Amino acid sequence: MRKFDIILKELSERKSQLVTSFIAITLGITVIVGIKTVTCYSEKAVARELDNLGANVLVLPKSATVSDYYSADFVNAELPEAYVDTIIASGLQGVDNLSPKLTIPVTLKARKFILTGILPKNEFNSKPAWQITGDIFTRPMGCGAVNVRGAKIGDDTALDKTAVRKEVINDLGATETLLGFDAARLLNVQKGSSFTINGKAFTVRRVLPPTGTVDDARIFAHLHTVQELYGKGRVLSAIEVVGCCKEIARGLIDGLNTLMPDARVVTISQITSTQQRTNAMMAQFSLIFLVIIVLVGAVSIANYMFANVQERRREIGTFIALGMSPRQVLAIFYGKALLLGVVGGLVGYGLGTVLAIGLGPQIAHIPVLPMPALLGWALAISMAITLVATAIPARNAAGLDPATTLMEG
Amino acid sequence: MTLIETTSLVKQYGRGKKEVSGLAGVDLTVEPGEYLALVGPSGSGKTTLLLSLGGLIRPTSGQVLIDGQSIYALPLAQRIALRRTKIGFLFQTFNLIPYLTALENVQVPLMIAGKGREEQETIARAVLERVGLGNRLAHKPSELSIGQQQRVALARTLANNPSIILADEPTGNLDPASTNGVADMLHALNSEGITIIMVTHDPRMAARAGRVLELVEGKIAA
Repeated sequence: MRKFDIILKELSERKSQLVTSFIAITLGITVIVGIKTVTCYSEKAVARELDNLGANVLVLPKSATVSDYYSADFVNAELPEAYVDTIIASGLQGVDNLSPKLTIPVTLKARKFILTGILPKNEFNSKPAWQITGDIFTRPMGCGAVNVRGAKIGDDTALDKTAVRKEVINDLGATETLLGFDAARLLNVQKGSSFTINGKAFTVRRVLPPTGTVDDARIFAHLHTVQELYGKGRVLSAIEVVGCCKEIARGLIDGLNTLMPDARVVTISQITSTQQRTNAMMAQFSLIFLVIIVLVGAVSIANYMFANVQERRREIGTFIALGMSPRQVLAIFYGKALLLGVVGGLVGYGLGTVLAIGLGPQIAHIPVLPMPALLGWALAISMAITLVATAIPARNAAGLDPATTLMEG
Repeated sequence: MTLIETTSLVKQYGRGKKEVSGLAGVDLTVEPGEYLALVGPSGSGKTTLLLSLGGLIRPTSGQVLIDGQSIYALPLAQRIALRRTKIGFLFQTFNLIPYLTALENVQVPLMIAGKGREEQETIARAVLERVGLGNRLAHKPSELSIGQQQRVALARTLANNPSIILADEPTGNLDPASTNGVADMLHALNSEGITIIMVTHDPRMAARAGRVLELVEGKIAA
């Protein structure tokens, strides 16, 4: 026989006393695991949505609006190109990619287009101060929520559209252009064709596949070529930033605002705002339930343990008379607490996961799968509650005077 | 060499006006292999003396020596070890663990002593056979008669092969037949050299002891 056998046999003998405490701890863990699971998948859904948007943070001139940006109607509002250095040098966490742009409305063949100056990756590499951005362009986008690496541009699928928006342009010659799908069609040009903008000849390096966005009407050229062509100096219309969604939530926007007080930093989060509100609410619920379960669970377990010690006074006295040390008595009570914690944590995790899978799609409108990582977390909380709640009753048991208990009627 | 010796053993309960004297200066010597009966009226200090001898009640003053060693001068761990290896307790109410079988009850002191499961079972079976309960190993106390429960308690006392048995009214709850059975077993154990100190109200049990001491108001009267 081992002490564990004594624990098991005592528990099975006094099941009814145990039920209330067990239900309290198990239900608490169930609710927390359920909420945590749904919240986590909901956060992933938000991350995915933000990721699909491509650039999710825009740095604009103070007087410009998001709609100005999309209509290329900046009315001479500009940012200094030096802000790119500022962002890169700051080492802000969560900037997965950035793309400085100068946007100028142009008219070609009596049609309006958006000439967009961009900086290819090799420009970043050629500037010593920007060398640290090397890994910006090789990092998985959007915290890895959607992995676009290896995606082929060309098929008209949602993922490919995302890939087009996020594509890193490695190099772009001073007279080369990339044409949006509609722009190429309207200008009647194709790869290798030539055309002029403001008197300067450009060749078409590539025609981009359709995206269904304003990008389809854009003519992309080298940023510095566009600046010189329109005598703009080193200025930008906007800096598009692909921010890691988690870091956006943790204050990336505030960080950018602090860095560039003269700029306007906006995040395209409205689309996911409902989901984000649900997430915030779930996170709050999770915290509230955590506090409640810690209190209710601990009080329930402590109450059970106090009653158990009281009921077993003679038994504990006998153990001590037979030579059991206070440490061995403590081990019996802590062993029982651990067993309760482990079983409560396991059952709570199982029920909570089933609850999340069943109710997740209805509450958060997302599919939910089990999260094995929460198992350890559930066990840790459950065991911590039972151990802490048992501490005082166990010490009382270990400190019992055997003579007193043996002489009690 | 004297096995057990007490010198001016005093035990007082409570304080001030509520102070009650449990032992009022007991000088006692017990030789190895003795069978001693402690008799006296209720409240005379018999159980207090017995539990003091077993290391369970620290006296207010005086000493308890076992094999010449003052047991209350020992660190707690050593006193517990002494109780585990040298002393066996036998209680009036048996104090069996209700959710354990007879075999498991006898295994408890062996488990506490750190013996392995196989050894525990071998020894427990042997001592239960010895007290005539070889066919009741898997029975819980509630499934045994009062007499059988006391025999399980006796088997548990014997499990660690103690040299001293401290018995507190071991037949107080038993019918005459069971009383005789326990008395015979204690006598047999004493014949094997085990020192027995027994608190009893039963004159027939006291008559089986080699020496009888009467306690009155915490002192040895005779």
